[in-house]
Amino acid sequence: MAVETVLSAINKTLNEQMAKDETIVVFGEDVGFEGGVFRATKGLQQAFGKERSFDSPLAESAIIGSAVGMAVNGLKPVVEIQFSGFMFPGYNQIATHVARFRNRTRGLYTVPMVIRMPYGGGIRALEHHSESLETLFGHIPGLKVVIPSTPYDAKGLLTAAIQDPDPVIFMEPKRIYRAFKQELPDKEFKVEIGKAKVLQKGDDVTIVAWGALVREVEKAVKDLDVSAEVIDLRTIQPYDQDAIVKSVQKTGRLLVVHEAVKSFGPGAEIISMINEKAFLYLEAPPTRLTGFDITVPLPKGEHHFIITPERIKAKIKEIMAF
Amino acid sequence: MLTKTFDPLKKKIFQVLDHEGKIVNEKLVPKINDETLRKMYETMLLGRVADMKALQYQRQGRMLTYAPIKGQEAAQVGSIAALEKQDWMVPAFREMAGMLYKGAPLKKLYLYWYGNEMGNYFENDIRILPISVPIASQINHGAGVAYASKLQKKDEVAIAFVGDGGTSHGEFHEGLNFAATTSSPLIVLIQNNQWAISTPREVQSKAENLASKAIGYGVPGILVDGNDPLAMYAAVTEARKRAVNGDGPTLIEALTYRLGPHTTSDDPTIYRSDEEVKYWEERDPLKRFKIYLINKGLLTEEEDEKLQKEYNDYSNKIFKEIENMELISLEDVFKYTYEEMPKFLTEQLEEYKRYLESEEK
Repeated sequence: MAVETVLSAINKTLNEQMAKDETIVVFGEDVGFEGGVFRATKGLQQAFGKERSFDSPLAESAIIGSAVGMAVNGLKPVVEIQFSGFMFPGYNQIATHVARFRNRTRGLYTVPMVIRMPYGGGIRALEHHSESLETLFGHIPGLKVVIPSTPYDAKGLLTAAIQDPDPVIFMEPKRIYRAFKQELPDKEFKVEIGKAKVLQKGDDVTIVAWGALVREVEKAVKDLDVSAEVIDLRTIQPYDQDAIVKSVQKTGRLLVVHEAVKSFGPGAEIISMINEKAFLYLEAPPTRLTGFDITVPLPKGEHHFIITPERIKAKIKEIMAF
Repeated sequence: MLTKTFDPLKKKIFQVLDHEGKIVNEKLVPKINDETLRKMYETMLLGRVADMKALQYQRQGRMLTYAPIKGQEAAQVGSIAALEKQDWMVPAFREMAGMLYKGAPLKKLYLYWYGNEMGNYFENDIRILPISVPIASQINHGAGVAYASKLQKKDEVAIAFVGDGGTSHGEFHEGLNFAATTSSPLIVLIQNNQWAISTPREVQSKAENLASKAIGYGVPGILVDGNDPLAMYAAVTEARKRAVNGDGPTLIEALTYRLGPHTTSDDPTIYRSDEEVKYWEERDPLKRFKIYLINKGLLTEEEDEKLQKEYNDYSNKIFKEIENMELISLEDVFKYTYEEMPKFLTEQLEEYKRYLESEEK
């Protein structure tokens, strides 16, 4: 057993998988020599050479677009976008090619790859460094989108993502990169993509969250006089509808908590799904607590945007009082 | 080196065969065997005939939107003929003649424009990436394919096609720059056909010519008469040699002309003059290549006429086959989104099937 943070678990997984599969290439801005601005890829170039782990030019569409070509021609690219807020120049490639190659060629050319990117707020960063953009990926058919919330899931999900036959957007909650440690098995293990995890069983309300907010939800329900069932969604698409439906059938209440902005967000999708599949079980309107529909404020105003355990508590009380 | 002799910064254009079918530079005629010369011409002609037929089918309401290649056959066939079997072709969407030479069956090419994704499914490992509609984005794919060839020490190169309009796009820059900095074996071929729908070449770039952009990437560039199949062949042969030697990409600008509309939805008479079209019709790549082959004793007028008729019948036969094919199955519409259909998608498919069944009753 080794003790890892989310960040060191990612680094360890990349090491492990690159050693095992020589077709894996890891590249992006500052990814090679320096090991990435967060050091997620630290040591890979030294271990596996400059051809398999390298600094790309500062160009997101080249990073993702070249990964498409590499995947067609026998490599398994695991690329890094430095911050999710910088993915937009590469979004053209993601939406128009990465997600479509399999369908466009009727399975002749597939482009399995992993696109890693740190995301989310709460780190007092510059503009474009705090967004939660999972909606923009979950909305594109052909992509899988995963978000770990623990070192264990980071390793298990990244291993699964690298070995997945489809392209996977791997979003890393950078706020908890080094927040806590966990003991992980030494042997390779996978966390199945598409499977949520019930973190805490309860009877009164189902709370669905992912990424950095899972911990905030756990803090919120700890000293609350409500029996809450907490679900870590872990995969945004294809997400575990069954786990949520099963839970809501029991509790009759649903709260979705996410940092992504409200309108047309994952909460809207999950609540629609619950209305379709568990309407008659509902005791209260399914509700969401999300980022406001505004640009993430710069650090001096960001505290108004961050979802705190107190706000989660207030929302649960509101649902229970309905 | 051709790229040195014909420096695009000095506005030099590389030509071997002029528009009257005369060799203008004996020393630079590429060594091509008779069989290949004949195959090049036949493919250009098949491309021309199949292209005209596709337009016709569209006008008859039998074909969907189609992007004609007329006038650009030499730029495509001349370049693909210079490649090896294992090389990768990364098309944009106006490369039918080149794709035919690379081994794509006409049936597949028609099928794509007929509205069926199976048109991008090429059997027998002929190594053509699917048609890429988002302008210039495929240059990055070419760069990646080429990087993979280099990393895996495979003796192969990639050639990525783009139009003059595509050179304005960020993806053109990012892709060529990536290939250059990684010394990947990529050839970027600009088919400068003078028009991006209705936007003329001058609006795309202030540069005197597009080949000169190569200097900004630290790679060799050359401006070639794109209607001269021999010059195209020679330029690509040299670029390929550089690529497999580890010397990285080459930028080739093929000066050509789109004699037809942008697509079947376009009316070029609105934005360009008859004189301009006439000027380029005189520079038709097929006309000059035919004269060259007749003079070489590799073709006769009678054979040419026979071939035209043969290709006309062949196109009709192939297109009829396509018209008689079954529509895409409902399962096929869904099943290629992921390797395994996720539950949420199965549910959508099943719900739709139930609807269809209820309608039948």
